[in-house]
Amino acid sequence: MTSSISYAVDSDGIATLTIDQPGKSMNVVGPEFVAGLEAAIERAVGDVSVKGIILTSGKSSFVAGADLIGMESMIAAAKTAPAAEALKAVLHFTQVLRRLETCGKPAACAINGTALGGGFEIALACHYRVAADSESIKIGQPEVQVGLCPGAGGTQRIPRLIGIMPALPLLLEGKNLTPEKAKAAGLIHEIVPAADLLAAAKKWLTSPAAKAIQPWDEKSFKVPGGAGGMNPNAVQTFIAGNAMLRDKTQGNYPAAQAIMSCVYEGTSVPIDLGLKIEAKYFLSLLRGDVAPNMIRTLFVNKGRADKLARRPAAVPKAQFKKIGMLGAGMMGAAIAYVAASNGIEVVLVDRDMEAAERGKGYARKLVEGAVSKRRMTQDKGEALLARIHPAVDFAALADVDYIIEAVFEDKDIKADVTKRVEAVIRPGVVFGSNTSTMPITGLAEASVRPANFIGIHFFSPVDKMPLVEIIRGKETGDEALAVTLDLAQAIKKTPIVVNDGRGFFTSRFCGCYIAEGEIMLTEGIPAAMIENAGKLAGMPVGPLSLADEVAIDLGWKIHKATAAALGDAYKPNAAVPVMETMYVNNGRAGRKNGKGFYDYPEQGQKSLWPGLADLYPPKEESLWPSIEELKKRLLYAQALDAVRCMQEGVLTAPEDGDVGGIMGLGFAPYTGGPISLVDTVGIPKFIEECEALAAKYGERFAPPQLLRDMAAKGETFYPASKAAA
Amino acid sequence: MAEAMVFDAIRTPRGRGKSSGSLHEVKPITLLTGVLKELQKRHDLDTAQVDDVVMGCVTPVGEQGSCIAKTAALAAGWDFRASGVQLNRFCASGLEAVNMAAQKVRSGWEDLVVAGGVESMSRVPLGTDRGAWACDPETAFDTAFIPQGISADLIATKWGFSRADCDAYSVESHKRSAQSWQEGRFAKSVVPVKDILGLPLLSRDEMIRPDSSMQSLGALKPSFADMGRNFGFDGVAIQKYPEIERIDHVHTPGNSSGIVDGASAILIGTKEAGEKAGLRPRARIRAAASIGSEPTIMLTGPSFAAERALGKAGMSKADIDLWELNEAFAAVVLRFMQVLDIPHDKINVCGGAIAMGHPLGATGAMILGILLDEMERRGAATGLATLCIGAGMGTATIIERV
Repeated sequence: MTSSISYAVDSDGIATLTIDQPGKSMNVVGPEFVAGLEAAIERAVGDVSVKGIILTSGKSSFVAGADLIGMESMIAAAKTAPAAEALKAVLHFTQVLRRLETCGKPAACAINGTALGGGFEIALACHYRVAADSESIKIGQPEVQVGLCPGAGGTQRIPRLIGIMPALPLLLEGKNLTPEKAKAAGLIHEIVPAADLLAAAKKWLTSPAAKAIQPWDEKSFKVPGGAGGMNPNAVQTFIAGNAMLRDKTQGNYPAAQAIMSCVYEGTSVPIDLGLKIEAKYFLSLLRGDVAPNMIRTLFVNKGRADKLARRPAAVPKAQFKKIGMLGAGMMGAAIAYVAASNGIEVVLVDRDMEAAERGKGYARKLVEGAVSKRRMTQDKGEALLARIHPAVDFAALADVDYIIEAVFEDKDIKADVTKRVEAVIRPGVVFGSNTSTMPITGLAEASVRPANFIGIHFFSPVDKMPLVEIIRGKETGDEALAVTLDLAQAIKKTPIVVNDGRGFFTSRFCGCYIAEGEIMLTEGIPAAMIENAGKLAGMPVGPLSLADEVAIDLGWKIHKATAAALGDAYKPNAAVPVMETMYVNNGRAGRKNGKGFYDYPEQGQKSLWPGLADLYPPKEESLWPSIEELKKRLLYAQALDAVRCMQEGVLTAPEDGDVGGIMGLGFAPYTGGPISLVDTVGIPKFIEECEALAAKYGERFAPPQLLRDMAAKGETFYPASKAAA
Repeated sequence: MAEAMVFDAIRTPRGRGKSSGSLHEVKPITLLTGVLKELQKRHDLDTAQVDDVVMGCVTPVGEQGSCIAKTAALAAGWDFRASGVQLNRFCASGLEAVNMAAQKVRSGWEDLVVAGGVESMSRVPLGTDRGAWACDPETAFDTAFIPQGISADLIATKWGFSRADCDAYSVESHKRSAQSWQEGRFAKSVVPVKDILGLPLLSRDEMIRPDSSMQSLGALKPSFADMGRNFGFDGVAIQKYPEIERIDHVHTPGNSSGIVDGASAILIGTKEAGEKAGLRPRARIRAAASIGSEPTIMLTGPSFAAERALGKAGMSKADIDLWELNEAFAAVVLRFMQVLDIPHDKINVCGGAIAMGHPLGATGAMILGILLDEMERRGAATGLATLCIGAGMGTATIIERV
């Protein structure tokens, strides 16, 4: 049972419990681990020779948190078991840690590496916390990021340690701290060089200061800054905090609310009761939809994508010393920055030197910002900039390892560039086009090596957006795919892999959101209501804002290009006349010309263009649909398109749609992504709701045949989701 | 069924609800015993005949805690057989006390009841009692709590009342309040507050600024803009009213009700009990209502409460000669006039809380008293008093002169 925790007692009676789970790169908390920890603690408690206990790890990290990959079965159990039984299981870890801090022997945690979630909760249950002096150590409670609250005392011990007001942001944002910041926050006691870590822990344990009692178990204990429903500080914190959180989460994230409740309710009662309250909230989240969906997409499947799960295994790993970046516009400049910041030399080519230099200027601006904010040293910044080589002559591309093309979205221009570049690059070099909508197979026609031609679609702003969408054209070979995935990994982007099609997955998917918002406008829904419906549904911005960001004229050009390419087969949607009215008739192109659905004053906030109400007069209030229906339309319009992508083979796996939808476009993260949303609603019910929407709003809501087939067979997109329901 | 008659309605003047206010040295219990003693004295009341003393108080903690109604009855030297109960319906507590008294009387279970309320906002500040609504995360989330001032700004935004509309309303409130005092309209019902030596502390409402102008009011900063924008409340309001792009923060200290200290008491009973005690009935309470309304916008309840009371009385709004709506915020009154189509010259004709202040627990009975005095002065037959209320409620009372 204790095979993952070794036990050694030295001559001074200090027992060292070293956590080192076999066969794992990091220690993670699961039921077996908890049982092992309990046994090790009991052994130390029962061992009369033991005067003090050190907890540390045998790996480079301390304990990385809960075993989220193994959690799917735990969630299934939590959902199906009777509540009392499930609570008992959840409480076990809490009780083991409570035993540790009340066993009568002082315990010190030697934080040798990252201690997150359950890992830091172990540390919090020790009477003393000393961390190694390393910037790479991460300390914190990131549970909220996967829809959970801390479940083993994080919400109880942290506010008792440092006060409610400083504790809330740590818990609600789930940010990681360096040891230095954790010490400044009062979460740990001491920082020492890694080599002295155990000695420092032992020094404290053998000092007169070593008390085997936590502050909150002292009779005179009071929560720093006050707690409870009558304490003025605490009350003010919660009144403002509740509203700020509801404002930010739009009520879509039960974990954030649970954390607030755990802290509010738990800090005004004795800690044992507080821990029980926390465990109940934790369990309620495990039994809900949000946590399982977020864990699956944002942790498990994102992690698989980052490890290049879709990479053809036979191709040897590619290295990138230098890449060629064609086009130094907004996208090209930002891609060049990202590559250079990951140590890759970039030849940044544009039509003239001025344009190429301007592209490098983007990187310079970011570097200067980072240096002035002391997030980057001057030397590192200069080295980064030195890796970007502006150029005009394509000959400079002769020795690059990869080509990314981000020139003007025009088939002829792209074809010309392709030919000229292929004339100078080495034959095996992959050519990746960063087109946002043009089919890769068509662009590859200009290539003499279509097997090396692929789509590598970045998202703006590239330095912030974590996704790349990799598009396989008809002729794209396995090697090109493998190399492009390697590049994504080298520049720390999460890749999804999709098949070719107009707008691939992400662009057409995002277009459905914008179009639905524009169509609502034509129905007389007030513009503010459309925008707020988007935000309430969990989208980062409303559909009209997004239209302004991507530019209305771009939407119009895509429409024209699609019409030209498809001819009679093209069926424009009801949003096209809106783009025509806005852009063609009123010259409103979006944020880029300061005039779109919004006005963008030089100073101050954007606001909805008052002229909208004349073009699309709002209906009277009694005729407005419910906000719930608007939210549903905005989400389902996208979810249906994701399903159509599955049906058409653009998406070959639901996780690409979910990871891509959330990480590329910010699709409501609490849903776990568009496909997870369909599974969560349940396919039969989703079909029923879509049929009702189709009857009211048009054929775009008609459920695809794939859904009907799946419903007939009782299938779901993710096998586990039904078992867990 | 027994009728509930109103025999008298008195109140203290309203003192600025700060440490600089003239009533700050007066304990809340003393404010209340003052009006109870005066009521007894005026009518030579045998307090043993009083069944109950029902008093509204919105922050019933500290020196306003422990059932201040019964405590005050004892402290006023009333017969111990007079019972006492404190209630809290937020801003309408004083009117709710009247309605509860009327219900007691009309049910036949009690014959003579005193109703009113007290609030020393300078000594027991608003919110001292905390409560789950705003503070408990679970509750605040589920009910989309926002502070009242944001709700008032939400009303103004939704129905298009500008800062100028609200300030203009305030100018008129001050003008009317000043004129009412000048003409002595309040003289018979306002009981000066004295100290233990019998020296006068306050005999007139202290907050009125007769010289208020669009210019002076226009210079004031919005009260709720920072709070709304920086602490998420605007966002929560918009979640419930998504047709709104941005909250227009129009309310200032100048067009919102003043924070004041004060107390009120109204003597209510059956006709027979009145006769026995030698009391002359001045009006009867025809109907009353308390309703719930959407809690985030919170302050739209009065029109629904008025309509409910009118319905119960078998009356229509055309049957009401004079209206009183507590001036919690200018937009609340502007919206009420808009939705019920009530001309400004029939509502709050003597001014209101924007000029004179809103001593939370006491206000309801104060405005009913003002309404009755003014009905008598004008020879009006019917009147309706109503207040907007926290958490989305409305309370209304219809009286008819006899």
